[in-house]
Amino acid sequence: MITRRNVLRGATAVLTTGALGAVSTRSFADTVTLPFENGERPLVKYPQKRPMIGLTSRPPQLETPFSVFDEGVITPNDAFFVRYHLANIPLDIDPETFSVEIKGTVDKPLKLSLADIKKLPAIEIVAVNQCSGNSRGFFTPRVAGGQLANGAMGNARWKGVPLKTVLDKAGVQAKAKQVVFAGMDGPVFDKTPDFAKALDIDHARNGEVMLAYAMNGRDLPVLNGFPLRLVVPGYYGTYWVKHLNEITVVDSVYDGFWMKSAYRIPDTDCNCVEPGTAPKATIPINHFTVRSFITSVQDDAKVKAGREVTLRGIAFDGGKGIKEVAVSTDDGKTWMPAGLGKDLGNYSFREWKLAVKLAAGDHTLKSRATSNGGETQPLEPRWNPAGYLRNVVETVHVTAS
Amino acid sequence: MKRTFSLAAAAALVLAMSGTGLVIARAKPISYKLPEETATFKTTDDVAIVQNNCTACHSTDYIQTQPRAQKSKRDFWQAEVTKMIKVYGAPIDEGDVGKIVDYLAANY
Repeated sequence: MITRRNVLRGATAVLTTGALGAVSTRSFADTVTLPFENGERPLVKYPQKRPMIGLTSRPPQLETPFSVFDEGVITPNDAFFVRYHLANIPLDIDPETFSVEIKGTVDKPLKLSLADIKKLPAIEIVAVNQCSGNSRGFFTPRVAGGQLANGAMGNARWKGVPLKTVLDKAGVQAKAKQVVFAGMDGPVFDKTPDFAKALDIDHARNGEVMLAYAMNGRDLPVLNGFPLRLVVPGYYGTYWVKHLNEITVVDSVYDGFWMKSAYRIPDTDCNCVEPGTAPKATIPINHFTVRSFITSVQDDAKVKAGREVTLRGIAFDGGKGIKEVAVSTDDGKTWMPAGLGKDLGNYSFREWKLAVKLAAGDHTLKSRATSNGGETQPLEPRWNPAGYLRNVVETVHVTAS
Repeated sequence: MKRTFSLAAAAALVLAMSGTGLVIARAKPISYKLPEETATFKTTDDVAIVQNNCTACHSTDYIQTQPRAQKSKRDFWQAEVTKMIKVYGAPIDEGDVGKIVDYLAANY
């Protein structure tokens, strides 16, 4: 049977060989099928966004079509993924009246307008933001939660003010232990815990954690936290609080629901447990695991046999930076080092490339990144009950002819 | 009141700066319109029970996109409904829980 989707899949496979590189397929389809059970999703169009993979509409959750990651190492604002927890999200925002409060165990509580913040010395950091549950749909056994493929990640150049600058202005007191962040979005019912996240005081003051008002040279898109969001380089997106308007320094370890009960990972060496079992103890999720992807060919693509084909992809980790990416074209039996692209900093996607020649037939391609900290992607998937931290070596099947 | 004040302040700032050749562009308020929700529940005799109890906080696609290949669909949905009540404070009558789980296990 020829369906619209099959036609699209065929068109994508042709595209990956570069034959129709300038033609975009995205507006031709109204659904996509992610490669796991019950993976059919609508392609949806939101203001300020190109057609995105729709996960849920209230609150809005949008996944980036994977082909975007082959367009460049910077993810465009209109393709950047969207994740909210609670449905009461701010839709009418006046940047002239917006302000953020800095309070708690500080000498001088502050209320800063967006203009006040933009007057402070700015920094820029290129950093990946990735949802904790990115790739959850690939977990076996499957787990409840947002059923995402690999598109709940993105890499942007963030501009803003170091959190340290505003904390110093407020004068953090010696007894401070953590800083708690909350945004303008909230729950529908009072009994639902409002979203708030916390960082240790030293982390909060490391000069890199940032109050960002710009992304890739533009205002933040509304659904990515306009007009101000927290950027926590190397850490999962759950900490990157959007529409940030409340910063509270506390003298204890914050025990709100979203820190104490949600977003926890097993407290074991691998942060994993035997599939299907519960961990004995947990800790808050923190920095990214090391990952890499092949972006230039998608699964089931066709490539030219016997001719040089440049494989390309991206790699990133939790902030040590990428040391090397190895590529296998024989299902992991042998590995070749890929060349690394421009270094945009330790928190960015790092492009990699490798020219290969594939004989006629089926081939199983893999990429495996190692960080400067020595962390390498595992060959077998690690499991945890919430479906976080996925970083198994990814596999792409191609046919050369 | 506050907004009027800041508008006036911004206007004054533009005036003050205009002599120096600097132009301050005033950031405009943003009003964002979400697209209409399109996902709907499978229509059965019991559909009202989930429409009334589940959709105040989230759209239907939250349910539709969950994995179907579960060892026990009943256990999966029982755990989800319990989580909604205990963790997220969903105001669901105890007497409705069984009917909600039945509907979800039968249809998703």
